[in-house]
Amino acid sequence: MPQNEYIERFTKQHGRRLDHEERTRKRAARETHHASDKAQNLRGLRAKLHQQKRHKEKIQMKKQIRQQEEKNVKGAEDAGPSTTPLPSYLLDRSNPTNAKALSSAIKNKRAEKAAKFSVPLPKVRGIAEAEMFKVVKTGKKTAKKSWKRMITKPTFVGPDFTRRPVKYERFIRPMGLRYKKANVTHPELGVTVQLPIISVKKNPQSPMYTQLGVLTKGTIVEVNVSELGLVTAGGKVVWGRWAQITNNTENDGCVNAVLLV
Amino acid sequence: MTTVLPPPSKRQKREDAERALHPIVQPTIPEGLQPIQFRDADTGAPQGPVVTVSLADLSAKNLSLLLNGLLGKTDPSDRLPYHFYSPLGDGEFSQEQVIKAYLEGKTSTEVSLNIPCRAEAVFKVKAVTRCSASVTGHGEAILATAFSPASSSRLATGSGDKTARIWDCDTGTPMHTLKGHTGWVLAVAWSPDGGMLATGSMDNTVRLWDPEKGQPLGGPLKGHTKWITSMSWEPYHLREPGRPRLASASKDYTIRIWDAVGRQTDMALTGHKGCVSCVKWGGTGWIYSASHDRSVKVWDATKGTLVHTLNAHAHWVNHLALSTDFVLRTGFFDHNGKKDAPDTVDAKRRKALERYEAATKGAGGVERLVTASDDCTMYLWEPSKSTKPLERMVGHQKQVNHVTFSGDGVLVASAGFDNHVKLWQAKDGKFLFTLRGHVGPVYQCAFSPDSRLLVSASKDTTLKAWDVRTGKLAENLPGHQDEVFAVDWAPDGQRVGSGGQDKAVRIWRN
Repeated sequence: MPQNEYIERFTKQHGRRLDHEERTRKRAARETHHASDKAQNLRGLRAKLHQQKRHKEKIQMKKQIRQQEEKNVKGAEDAGPSTTPLPSYLLDRSNPTNAKALSSAIKNKRAEKAAKFSVPLPKVRGIAEAEMFKVVKTGKKTAKKSWKRMITKPTFVGPDFTRRPVKYERFIRPMGLRYKKANVTHPELGVTVQLPIISVKKNPQSPMYTQLGVLTKGTIVEVNVSELGLVTAGGKVVWGRWAQITNNTENDGCVNAVLLV
Repeated sequence: MTTVLPPPSKRQKREDAERALHPIVQPTIPEGLQPIQFRDADTGAPQGPVVTVSLADLSAKNLSLLLNGLLGKTDPSDRLPYHFYSPLGDGEFSQEQVIKAYLEGKTSTEVSLNIPCRAEAVFKVKAVTRCSASVTGHGEAILATAFSPASSSRLATGSGDKTARIWDCDTGTPMHTLKGHTGWVLAVAWSPDGGMLATGSMDNTVRLWDPEKGQPLGGPLKGHTKWITSMSWEPYHLREPGRPRLASASKDYTIRIWDAVGRQTDMALTGHKGCVSCVKWGGTGWIYSASHDRSVKVWDATKGTLVHTLNAHAHWVNHLALSTDFVLRTGFFDHNGKKDAPDTVDAKRRKALERYEAATKGAGGVERLVTASDDCTMYLWEPSKSTKPLERMVGHQKQVNHVTFSGDGVLVASAGFDNHVKLWQAKDGKFLFTLRGHVGPVYQCAFSPDSRLLVSASKDTTLKAWDVRTGKLAENLPGHQDEVFAVDWAPDGQRVGSGGQDKAVRIWRN
């Protein structure tokens, strides 16, 4: 268990308060009143910040509503349904074709052996240690004064990671800069899917960064493609597949990657 | 570095000690002479006289020999393989069970034991194990396959490249390319005498071909306004001599019956309110159709009237199967194919009728029907007796796409989008096995003609052959590069043909 999930663990072990549903419902019901109260009464900078926040929320809300509406619309009678031939028993079913297309393209590509070792980003900017690490002074008492290094780049830590005792901890990987998912694009199809990261395979900067799971541009990560439903020729489900990070994650706040096929 | 095993835990020690205290005793077979009476599993009619057998000799193998002897089949070539069921309840016959019941006092040697038995197919099909040919030729995905009823050397496939092809499976080469359609070929159907091939297409037409010469028989049969989903020929024993007919189901909500020689619509059966997904022509002159409007309709093929509407499903009905599908499809050809086919039309009709009657004998002379639906259930019907379903078969977790009866009408197999194939007893719709192994939706399945094996085709690019007696995987058949859309087992059991998205037809042998 990651050490920060103690609340979840507690609820698993002991359940929730008996009136939990009631309380959450009431809190949600009060939410609008709070929002309206704030909108009417806040002044100055706080009003401005509140407006910004609401603006963003409203954009999200509208997006969601639009998605919902799209979902509700019944698909127009598609006469010549898809371009790929399908047997009659699959004709009227709206299949998620994205993952399928992905699967066959990967298979086609695998035939070309030369493509195996080339990566989309062959060269990356070197990152100095001074940029990568920030020094953190620790220890209250004079005798124990020491310093640690804090990683200033986004990292991936495994799901079962627990911090070492503070005394022995030498690298700090901040919680806010940890990522679990990557937006993975298939280069030929232009399909982008958000997939969980399984592990960091290679950070071109240094083997130490590979070990620490630093996600910088050019890093090779393994992503979990099981939900795409890819299968090998033998009929087994493909689980992990490698991808290379294409963006400066520390600047963007997200991990974008391109699948290596 | 060697790993030292941890010392056994307290519990392990205790269990070991207990095991040592109570050694397992091999049960001895008690002395005793058990009178037994063989009975037909379907009708319950006695087979031979009551005989007395010692409990030690009561194995299925001995029983088979004994029953053959009792029925006067002493010549080894005449002997039939028999399948015995438990005399005490459901399931297979087993000697241990009988002995256990005897020891517990449930049975005694004073009362004769009724052992249900059923004759099995005299020929045995071996599980296909290898791909004997992978023939390319189609330019697009293969959407339908069908073996000729006459022999396993001819396979017809319909494809997305607007052609149908006939393959010579002996040599693994293409024979004929049937060009003419202007849309994907969605359905292929051989006439039961093997003399004609019908193809239905996305271009709303049905075409007929001469499979020997590869020539079209006239132009397209026009009439439907949407694509053809399924086709079925009139059974051989019903057809008027020289006037074979064909039923085609379409997305335009109708079923049309075509006169294959006169080349025109005989009748159009309208009444469905949704896409007709499947049509089957029964051996008593009824046409069964399944539709996306949730109903199954039964039509009279001579008058063109609606006989019954079977309502029970809550969603699209995807597929239906008849207990007599196999004999209707093969007509007068038995497992020897052309060798044993009669010469005259009269003899052919007689043989086709005989085979049909033999197939329905187990169910009391009526056809059973099973329908598969998007509501994840299947229903078993006996439309000639009642419009109420016999049984609702539940168990699939997702839509059921395909359902099929075994050749002898004893089992039903269903393939669903939940990656499983399930086996059911056709007599009462009782669930038997789940065949797990596929990792993608299963599209189709086909029984071997001797009903001992099943092959299933899946989206996960593999075919799998299953032993239906045990419910275990008999053979895994990888090889396709992409989804497998269609599979068929040849009527003589020699070959399996499959096709899918990877455009290659694969022929599998043992």
